[in-house]
This record gives sequence, structure tokens and C-alpha cells, in this order.
Amino acid sequence: MTDRQTQNAKQFIEAIPHAVALGMELTQIGDGNAEICMPYNPQLVGDPKTGVIHGGAVSALMDTCCGAAVMSHPDAGAGTATIDLRIDYMRPATPGQRIRTQAHCYHVTRSVAFVRATAHDEDGDNPVATATGAFTVEGR
Amino acid sequence: MVRKPPEAMQDVKMRRDAALSALVGGVPYIQFLGISFDRRGDELTALLPFDQKLIGNPFIPALHGGVTAAFLEVTAIIELSWSLLWEDFESGALSLEDLQAGALPRLPKTIDFSVDYMRSGLPRDAYARARVTRSGRRYASVQVEAWQDNHDRPFASGNAHFLMPRREES
Repeated sequence: MTDRQTQNAKQFIEAIPHAVALGMELTQIGDGNAEICMPYNPQLVGDPKTGVIHGGAVSALMDTCCGAAVMSHPDAGAGTATIDLRIDYMRPATPGQRIRTQAHCYHVTRSVAFVRATAHDEDGDNPVATATGAFTVEGR
Repeated sequence: MVRKPPEAMQDVKMRRDAALSALVGGVPYIQFLGISFDRRGDELTALLPFDQKLIGNPFIPALHGGVTAAFLEVTAIIELSWSLLWEDFESGALSLEDLQAGALPRLPKTIDFSVDYMRSGLPRDAYARARVTRSGRRYASVQVEAWQDNHDRPFASGNAHFLMPRREES
């Protein structure tokens, strides 16, 4: 991907109203790979006793990152929609830390794109969650 | 045999509504998305009023897939917690005062969550209901479905597994 395309993709993702609401920042994109970060925000807490971010916010981050990875794949079109997404939660994200998601679109057919993603907090060795999903391929 | 007279209806309603609002009102993320719960007896329906910040694709426009997933997950967790809470406050083990003072049981933790997207979420209000299909001592399974204008045409469904909160020793 050229710098210009990367810049366009970044603007596109960061213009999504819900991505803005969650404070998402696209940090890397190209060739079916994407990385998006989300800062800690007390408004997104799911369990008030622990201050841990709600799984739903992690799902939204994973979904956006997987979609971005699909759109950056050379064999996929410019748009996509989620067919299904499965998320496994390995451990609660540490309160106060930002969450970084990396998605990889590892296979694309004429109509379906397959994606895997991992989410980490500041501990890079122990993932917070992983996801696998299938997305539509459009405009081919 | 002397039976206890039945509780006045308004007392029953007040206690149940207070339990529900204590459960839902304590979670910041539920407030962030603007989700509320409608109660009929023990049956809950989640309501997600449309808001511009829930949009994922500004061109169609459609609800963000992540919002849909989050809405389903919130509904599933509240339904499961509600079913656990119900026995405790109906039996009187947990009083209204306890609830208002914040003595809520710990929430279940999501182990995994799988979402099927049937059609795109339209820019309007959405509803969801969940059903606890298995509730064990350590694990629980919950099914959840969301719809908009037409209940017979759900736009997404989900299946979740939860780790149950540890019961306090009594």
C-alpha cells in the first residue's frame, strides 16, 4: 500500500461515527493486515467493581479492525460487512491500559474473506482476546 | 394453617424495578450505548435507541457491527445476572435496601461470544431478548436475538458462554 492509500484508509476508518465514539486510532494497515488502538475510557467499563472494559467495546474494536484488514486486502473490494464474528476472552484487560488489536485477513474467495484477530493491553505476551470472522467481499 | 398475606402489588413492582435499575444503572458501558430494559414479570427486553454515534457505515447508513455485538452481549449478561438475582431478592435473601446500597452479586464473565449477522442494522431503534439455555454452578450458556421493526426478521443473533461469579460462602 502506498502512503497515500494508507492515509485514505486511516481517514476512512477514523471517520466511522462509532469508531470516533470509542476513540479508535488506526496505527497500521496494508495487504490484509490492520492494527487499531483504543484508549482506556471509564465510560466503557463493564464491571464497576473492577473497572474492566466491557467485552462489547472489545467486540466493536475487533469488528472494526477485522473489517479494515479485509478492505486493505488486494483481492477484496472497497466495502465489506460482517457475516459472523466469534470472540474468545482470555483474560480481563488491565484497567487504565489501552487495547491494541491486530487483524489478518488470511484468505479471500470471490465472495467471502476470512479473518483472525488478537487483542493485547500493555502486556504484549498475554492476549486479552482473540477473534475469528467471515466477512463479505464486495464489488468484484 | 396461617398463610402470609400476599405482598401489595406496588411493593412487588417497586422491589423488582429497583433491583433491575440497580443492576443496569451500575454499568457505565450500558449508559454509554444508551441501552435500557423493559420488564414484564421476569421477562426482559433490551432497548437500544438509535443514535448517530452507533453508525458504522455512514454511506448506507447502518449500525456498526460492533454495536450490534455489544448490544447482544449486554443483553445476554443482564439476562443471566437477572436470573441469578431474581431468586435472591424474591426469597428475601437480598433486600431492597441492600440493592440500593450497591450490594449486587458479581457479574458473570464472558468466556466466548459468537455473533451471526443476518441483515444490516438500520438507523433506528433495536430490541433484543436473551434466553439462558444452561445455568450451572460454574458455566452458563445464553442465546440472544435482536430485531428492529419486525420481530420475525431478526437482524442478528448470538451465542455466549459465561463463567459464573463465585457464590459467597454462607
